[in-house]
Amino acid sequence: MPKSKSAYSVPGKIGKIERHIIVVWVDNEAGVLARIAGLFSGRGYNIESLAVAEVDKKKHISRITIVTEGTPQVIEQINLQLKKLVPVHKVADFKRGEKDILFRELALFKVLGNLKKQEKVKKICKKFNPVILDKTNKSIVVQVTALRVEIDKLALDLKRLGLISTSRTGSVAMTKGSKIFN
Amino acid sequence: MPKLISGAEIVFKALEDQKVEYIFGYPGGAVLPIYDELKNHESIKHILARHEQGAGHAAEGYARSSGKPGVLLVTSGPGATNAVTALTDAYMDSVPLVCISGQVPTHLIGTDAFQECDTTGITRPCTKHNWLVKDVNDLSRVLHLAFEVATTGRPGPVLVDIPKDIQFKKGKYKFFKNTLKKKLNGKTTHKVSNSELDKFIDLIKKSSKPIFYTGGGVINSGPEASKNLRELVSLTGFPITSTLQGLGAYPGDDPQFLGMLGMHGTYEANNAMHDCDLMINIGARFDDRITGKVDEFSPGSKKIHVDIDPSSIGKNIKVDLAIVSDVSELLKSLIKRFKEKNKNFLDSNKQKTSKWWGQIGKWREKKSLNFINSEKIIKPQHAVQRLYELTKSQDTFITTEVGQHQMWAAQHYKFNKPNRWMTSGGLGTMGYGLPAAIGVQIANPGKLVVDIAGEASVLMTMQEMSTAVQYRLPIKIFILNNEYMGMVRQWQELLHEKNYSESYTAALPDFVKLAESYGCVGIRAKTPEELDEKIKEMINVDKPVIFDCVVDKAENCFPMIPSGKPHNQMILGPEEEEEISDEGKILV
Repeated sequence: MPKSKSAYSVPGKIGKIERHIIVVWVDNEAGVLARIAGLFSGRGYNIESLAVAEVDKKKHISRITIVTEGTPQVIEQINLQLKKLVPVHKVADFKRGEKDILFRELALFKVLGNLKKQEKVKKICKKFNPVILDKTNKSIVVQVTALRVEIDKLALDLKRLGLISTSRTGSVAMTKGSKIFN
Repeated sequence: MPKLISGAEIVFKALEDQKVEYIFGYPGGAVLPIYDELKNHESIKHILARHEQGAGHAAEGYARSSGKPGVLLVTSGPGATNAVTALTDAYMDSVPLVCISGQVPTHLIGTDAFQECDTTGITRPCTKHNWLVKDVNDLSRVLHLAFEVATTGRPGPVLVDIPKDIQFKKGKYKFFKNTLKKKLNGKTTHKVSNSELDKFIDLIKKSSKPIFYTGGGVINSGPEASKNLRELVSLTGFPITSTLQGLGAYPGDDPQFLGMLGMHGTYEANNAMHDCDLMINIGARFDDRITGKVDEFSPGSKKIHVDIDPSSIGKNIKVDLAIVSDVSELLKSLIKRFKEKNKNFLDSNKQKTSKWWGQIGKWREKKSLNFINSEKIIKPQHAVQRLYELTKSQDTFITTEVGQHQMWAAQHYKFNKPNRWMTSGGLGTMGYGLPAAIGVQIANPGKLVVDIAGEASVLMTMQEMSTAVQYRLPIKIFILNNEYMGMVRQWQELLHEKNYSESYTAALPDFVKLAESYGCVGIRAKTPEELDEKIKEMINVDKPVIFDCVVDKAENCFPMIPSGKPHNQMILGPEEEEEISDEGKILV
């Protein structure tokens, strides 16, 4: 290894990377999303996807769901740093693949094609709660809700049938059963 | 119904209720209504700086030497951007600052108006929190919240951006106390459980090679924390080392103190950190200047980490026992519990740690802070030692700039009390020391305040001498003048084949004449012979002084841990074999 010519230390070993879903409850005030996003970019953390909306109109609480990747140490830092932000009320953290958590993403697909092709589209989407939002002789807009990987695959399959536009949300999450995030 | 008052008046009402005595600032278009209101509030004195960065560092110096939050008032646009360095500095070193900035009127925000900038956007990553106040009726709540955020938990800077129309608008004022019901910034007053304390005590009892590693958190926790730390250290009989920011929390001349650790720390402190079997970190953050190579940092030790900020724990180094707590509170309960169960621990444990102390004694024999003194030329270390000897009898406050002189000051000036040492450690801001000294002198009238400076650093904020003269603040700027950016030169010498790229200042001012032009006193010392007399002269002048101490240009700062090396691989000096003069000779 070449000798370090910097006043700083050389990087140490890097741990195993995990994918996590982090849910953050925040005051819905001006700039709050910038604070969260700025924390991630400023400290070099990844945001794979992000979903945010106000969930409590009276108290103005928004719920942000962030999908991120990092070593266990980085994930722990993300949690602790988020908790330090003034508008943050609570933070919940889940490892991708945990059993008692539900994840969903929503996607809109616009496919160009005749009615025959449109039938094929409906068939492919059948498993993923398809809703036909718009339909003409030449085009169809389908809404599906599914897991990220499923939507990835669906998009690939639809490409062959004339997919011309895709719009996707970030992942949202909820616990199974009567439990809620604490 | 409460009386309606202007936003500007609300600002001062809030400052009065927060018992603010001094604000440091610089006026401008977007804060004029606040400056107009100043005359109506006699209990608050404004200190006019010459640059907003200077005002910011002065507020930092004030805060760090007094334990109270520093207040900064700047205008929009360039006023705010000039304050960013000071805010970031305060953020890195956990200094409580409240910055109030003017903003263009609300209807002009977003139009690229004159002197407009996105102040809250720019300062978001360098403050604990910031606010843009768009409704005058929010103003008093936000201001009180700002003080609370700045001073609770791990302290830090906050900023309140107030558009000019809000300063004019009339609204209600109310004093809000403890508005933060929810936990915030790790400031939850976490009650330390007995089981945590017992684990702590158990680790202490099992250890035969322990060390205390303490930091700025002890200082920030207040004078009580330093007292408790001293008690715990003497109860256990363990050795103690301190980070740069923690100096003064434990007496620098005590035999249990091993000196500062880290990149330019002592041989004994760094080796003890590397070889210990128990590391007790109290209020320090495992900074990269301390740990060196993380993978080889103190490989064989159990580690305890006490910090008020949960995100400091486990960030760089994994620990065995983590306690989120205020230092003072933790130490108080720990000492109480320790005493209950361990009478005569000191005596009974002496044997267990005697081998360890023996080893430490051997490391100490290296005398890693020694240097080869000269009779012809002033060695910078010698200058700091003389300054220490000649000022130690009085309660002296030291600030520094950043570089070699800063490390020499940390190595050779011994601090015995907290809040006497103000240095920019985290951000490493050249130009910090002079304005910080102004703030320190404001908070401590009648006390001796010395900025141990380098000639390159001090020129970055030299204009603040004018502030010192205006307010008759007899600060002493003690410049170790080697005509180089010394630390840059040292790295270039050691790592860049002596290619001294742009680290020499060719056209330095005559500091004595410069002092005179500011209306203060200039003193120059060129030889070791005249040094003492000149230092005494400096101390005895009741005016601001610029002291030009002409030192050896080629001196390097040792010992040092080279980058990427573990603690036990220190460089001790230029030629390690060469005989280093004995301590007595240095003091002559």
